[in-house]
Amino acid sequence: MAYLEHLLVLASIYIILSASLNIIIGFTGMLNLGHAAFFGIGAYISALLAKVIGLSWIASVIFGIIGAALAGVLIGIPCLRLRGDYLAIATLGFGEIIRAVMKNWTSVTRGPLGIPGIPKPELLGYRFASVNEFLLLSVVIMIISVWLIHRIIHSPFGRVLRSIREDEIASLSLGKDIIKYKLLALAIGAGFAGLAGSLYAHYITFIDPTTFTFTETVLMVSMVVLGGMGSLTGSIIGAIILTLLPEPIRFVQLPTNVVAASRQIIYSVALILLMLFRPTGILGENPNRKNKILYFFKHLAWKIGLRTNKPEQLI
Amino acid sequence: MSVTAQLIANGIIAGAIYALVALGYTMVYGILKFINFAHGEVLMMGAYFAYTCVNYLGMPIWLALLVAMALSALLGVIIERVAYKPLRYSGRLAPLITAIALSIFLQSMALIIWGSEIRTLRQGSVSKGNEIFGAVITNNQLLIIATTVGVLIILHLFLKYAKLGKAMRAATDNLPLAATIGIEVDKVIGITFAIGSALAALAGVLVGIEQNIEPTMGITLGIKAFTAAVVGGIGNIQGAVLGGFAVGLIENIGIWFIPSGYKDAIAFLVLVIMLIFRPSGILGTKKEEEMGKTESLFG
Repeated sequence: MAYLEHLLVLASIYIILSASLNIIIGFTGMLNLGHAAFFGIGAYISALLAKVIGLSWIASVIFGIIGAALAGVLIGIPCLRLRGDYLAIATLGFGEIIRAVMKNWTSVTRGPLGIPGIPKPELLGYRFASVNEFLLLSVVIMIISVWLIHRIIHSPFGRVLRSIREDEIASLSLGKDIIKYKLLALAIGAGFAGLAGSLYAHYITFIDPTTFTFTETVLMVSMVVLGGMGSLTGSIIGAIILTLLPEPIRFVQLPTNVVAASRQIIYSVALILLMLFRPTGILGENPNRKNKILYFFKHLAWKIGLRTNKPEQLI
Repeated sequence: MSVTAQLIANGIIAGAIYALVALGYTMVYGILKFINFAHGEVLMMGAYFAYTCVNYLGMPIWLALLVAMALSALLGVIIERVAYKPLRYSGRLAPLITAIALSIFLQSMALIIWGSEIRTLRQGSVSKGNEIFGAVITNNQLLIIATTVGVLIILHLFLKYAKLGKAMRAATDNLPLAATIGIEVDKVIGITFAIGSALAALAGVLVGIEQNIEPTMGITLGIKAFTAAVVGGIGNIQGAVLGGFAVGLIENIGIWFIPSGYKDAIAFLVLVIMLIFRPSGILGTKKEEEMGKTESLFG
């Protein structure tokens, strides 16, 4: 059972990651390929503060969030002048630079050796040591995060983000400070990724630069795209599916590197098929969905004779 | 032997390979305005094709190179037809995500087929280098430079005089107009992918002869070559070559000043700086620079 609980902890961490990435990709329309870097910054800051300086867990987490959000702003200031695919490549570049720093700044991060023995979280004298205690903690944090992200997205601020995604120039002409909004979106997304990183670090109790690679970003992007860009529920579903889907491979007797590669193949094939056949994902934001469902029932009613006039066809 | 000369020589050798790969990015971008993210992985597959031909089928290296180039060209065309063509008119995000997924897919396939061990195409023992202008350059490295220069000249002549080359340039200039005057755009795009992929395979084999082959080689080399394409002005053929040598030189001279662990980060830094201050590159036009700033992702 501990194994299933472990998976659920990971799933809740990935839900925070994919929901936070969805703010940036799905709601604001900026393809961010450096999300693993924010995840890593949160993990490293929180782990180092808790282990080396001996700060309490809650303080380390808060600094992890602030650090990741600041990194988001610092990366955003130069990159946000760029359009779609250029922005994607620039964020990818920044992500790799940050990983190079993690790997080479050995006096602080211990480089490829990683940081072992990160203390388990402690809150008001209670220590979340076992897996099921941690599961409780991570699920609570995940629910609070998703609720906060939901509130952000459905606030006037969130509507401006979506207007930027739909038409930047139109939002600009309505007097919206696009760069400010994009920076805030990036900072909020990065901050939540930092929270997830901090949770991860205190859960696994060991981090090294290999966890925060570009493939990790691709996994998060897959979750967002699978669930549907611009759908918070979609991000949750995407994160759960992609955390659990590759697990059965573990039980097949295969060499470890083949197992890892098979997981990547599952993610990538899922992404390609989605892009080809259903680019909106499982629950892509579709303003017409309500009308379509309504049409379906009206049409049904007309077919079975409950309705005399045929409903108007939707476009 | 002087250090400066050696660093410059190393830069030119690395630059020659970046230039070959950058051509693939830039030719595809020129026509489709799209970053073929999986290009680096085609390079990696090309290197493995050649490795298989040499080590399992006993082919001589030059024959293996030709087979690898042909297979990679085929792979490039298949990728275009299966993954990119259906998405040609569905915005910018979809093809980019597909390309990233493809690159992860190919990388994982290579890991399963050939394993994660580092391989090489190096033949015989490492030969003693020749001293040229105070830098030590091995025969293999001379071969790399000579091959690159030869291929670049052939490509230049092809684009300038061959009918197909002219069609490619026309498609780069204005795709709808090229289609209007009867150029078979789909065929031209296919040929572009084939040539770009063959050049990538050539670069992959040269890297395999000079250094090592591993499943992750594509992503680093791909990003560096993409940087080269951006530095030169993406979409611009001469720019890609210029950018390739520029990135090679910056990177190799750069490690003289900063810790060598950051070598791969130099290219990223150059890329980010270039994208921010001059996204149109050294030889790019103003039009592209403006495009790089305002257009929306879903546009």
